[in-house]
Amino acid sequence: MNCEECHEREASLHFTKIINGEKTEFHICEHCAKEKGEFLPGSNSFSIHQLLSGLLHGDGHVPNTPSSNFIPPSLACEKCGMSYYQFAKIGRFGCDHCYKAFESKLNPIFKRVHGGNTVHAGKIPLRAGNSIQEKRQLQQLKQAMQQYILNEEFEKAAETRDEIRKIEQRLQQGRDT
Amino acid sequence: MSLERFISDAISPWMKKEGPESDIVLSSRVRLARNLQQYVFPIVADKTSAHEVISSISSFINTERDVAGAGHLEMLVMEQLKPIEKRVLVEKHLISPNLAEKAKYGAVLLNQDESISIMLNEEDHIRIQCLATGFQLKEVLHKANVIDDFIESHTDYAFDEKRGYLTSCPTNVGTGLRASVMMHLPALVLTKKISRIIPAINQLGLAVRGIYGEGTEAQGNIFQISNQMTLGKSEEDIIEDLAGVVMQVIQQERAARKQLQEGLKLQLEDKLYRSLGTLENSRIIQSKEAAKCLSDVRLGIDLEILPGISKTILNELMILTQPGFLQQYAGVVLTPEERDIRRATLIRERIKLENR
Repeated sequence: MNCEECHEREASLHFTKIINGEKTEFHICEHCAKEKGEFLPGSNSFSIHQLLSGLLHGDGHVPNTPSSNFIPPSLACEKCGMSYYQFAKIGRFGCDHCYKAFESKLNPIFKRVHGGNTVHAGKIPLRAGNSIQEKRQLQQLKQAMQQYILNEEFEKAAETRDEIRKIEQRLQQGRDT
Repeated sequence: MSLERFISDAISPWMKKEGPESDIVLSSRVRLARNLQQYVFPIVADKTSAHEVISSISSFINTERDVAGAGHLEMLVMEQLKPIEKRVLVEKHLISPNLAEKAKYGAVLLNQDESISIMLNEEDHIRIQCLATGFQLKEVLHKANVIDDFIESHTDYAFDEKRGYLTSCPTNVGTGLRASVMMHLPALVLTKKISRIIPAINQLGLAVRGIYGEGTEAQGNIFQISNQMTLGKSEEDIIEDLAGVVMQVIQQERAARKQLQEGLKLQLEDKLYRSLGTLENSRIIQSKEAAKCLSDVRLGIDLEILPGISKTILNELMILTQPGFLQQYAGVVLTPEERDIRRATLIRERIKLENR
């Protein structure tokens, strides 16, 4: 097997990395390993990138329906100009708007990389975040209210309903001002 | 320059403090990836746009004498550094190889004790990294969050209600959080238990890798365990899940050490003393052998078999015997063969500094 760096000498160092059960391999000759400085700490970008571009091309791992599998060559981000094909090749978004431009293709990718998750559940920036936080709270309260109704705990359900109304009013006012 | 002076300058001040569980956990790290909403990501940015990112961030950081309790942050611009200086920053884990080699208008902001480094124009506009010795994941997350809040109060982040913090690589989206610990696990390697533990950790959605080199064959028995998933879990849950696994690995390593000491005391002592002998006497040593012997010596210190050697010797020499540092100490560019000679000399001299 030839070295993946120089493509000339025989590869004598073999590296295997397993992330979430995904295996990636890297083969390199001793000369190139020394050139690279006996391996720089943390230089692992090749594997994530390889993993991703394999994933994005849907090489049998990503369950795609025939209709969602087709990607028009014209699909591109309006803000930075990156096409979907470029994105699939380098495995990197070009700007924040790419997330909107490629929205319909992203769920299978995120599911695969993030253990089935597609929706953020963490920190929210303070400045942009007040209304987002309230919306999240609203959703939780609505779920809780449904549960109270199912459990026939109508008093608690009514309390929750009042709380929901308060937040909805606040959100409405926020939009008006 | 004297060796003592060189070491004290070379080792980041934060590394000199002792942290919890530091017989096994060498350090804890948290990294937050953030982007500014206004600009395209570094991978497609032109020079003007990349430059604007730097100036917009430095406009509120450079003037601040105390950034979120971290003191003043000094900015180093990659283009103004010599290759060897960049290399040393990489070997200290303060910047990534990617920032050193490829970034357009890359820069880093460092605090006084080098426990905080903020990379600019790496793969993302902003990468906040906080480090601490020992097992201190919650503390470093808190520190990173405070800096994150400070930056966010001055600028608009690329953030989406559904996807969270938007990053260039899909593997970082959501929290943008990568938390990791570096663990010294010699007994699990010696007893071959590590080969069963690593797949088990991988099953839990965590990555294990050797810190000095790719793959699971770790140099110096030092392993890095980090989260892989960044989307769909809160920062606190990510840290808690990682910490739970780390705690279990610590217990396993301690049990394996005890087992070795009870069952194979003489063989263990023989091995550790031989490694110390190698370090004290060799004239040419490759990094792999040096790392193996340093790991043995550190184990000997932790088990009180090798008395009178300071605990920090492993962390110190693992950093100092890397190519960049060796060349900085020598003051000239060295071939790999010359480095092996310098490495042996530096290790011998360093061990002589111990009062035994």
